[in-house]
Amino acid sequence: MWIYEKKLQYPVRVSKCDPRMAKYLIEQYGGADGELAAALRYLNQRYTIPGKVIGLLNDIGTEELAHLEMIATMVYKLTKDATVEQLKEAGLGDHYVDHDRALFYHNAAGVPWTAAYIQAKGDPIADLYEDIAAEEKARATYQWLIDMTDDVDLQDGLKFLREREIVHSLRFREAVEILKAEREAQKIF
Amino acid sequence: MQKTPDEQYYKMLHELQAVDFVLVELNLYLDTHPQDVQAIQQYNQFAQARAQMAAQFEAAYGPLLHFGHSYSQAPWQWIEEPWPWQV
Repeated sequence: MWIYEKKLQYPVRVSKCDPRMAKYLIEQYGGADGELAAALRYLNQRYTIPGKVIGLLNDIGTEELAHLEMIATMVYKLTKDATVEQLKEAGLGDHYVDHDRALFYHNAAGVPWTAAYIQAKGDPIADLYEDIAAEEKARATYQWLIDMTDDVDLQDGLKFLREREIVHSLRFREAVEILKAEREAQKIF
Repeated sequence: MQKTPDEQYYKMLHELQAVDFVLVELNLYLDTHPQDVQAIQQYNQFAQARAQMAAQFEAAYGPLLHFGHSYSQAPWQWIEEPWPWQV
């Protein structure tokens, strides 16, 4: 069961209409290392991960849904006042003919999201290593996105998201150590 | 009727977001450090402060939660704008 809370995890502000930046940001909405992939990956892996780290996957997966909403808010705010001409100039003509200004789960190049982006191996170390890699890849993407804009309001939200990737990566690394310690403990006797 | 977003709305919302950030951080930390009694104490303290702040926010601007976790005045307040991406 999930309960929706009518607020963002962190304020999202943009200082101008910028459909080109929205086109890039959609990478973190429906891209391989985006927030949708992250949320679905962890919330799916949690069923078969050892009990000691289920809580962590459950909670990080839930936080990713809040990040998905922040990215969506950025894209929405950056495009809502754009004219069709501006969308075309920003390279969003292809998007416009299929979706108007609606959001859709695809990456910056327009490739639709696929479950092939994520894995659930059933092997806890393999799953957690994938999760750590996913967080590091998302962190890198957020850095490239921050580098692509001079909008300090937008940068502020992106920097928050970048820092969350770092914390999640750290927590997943701790989860690996917890499982290794548990495995070692079982070997005694 | 809830008030439309004013300066106070953003101030209260921001304060709630700040406290909630502490709680998310403590929560994830405790997920991998479940024996840290001090952190649990801090978590419980912030959870209590959070409940008060959320109640004040809801009294002024309407329910934060659905499915019975917040109260509503008439007419049904949940569907009233703004939604989070509209502010």
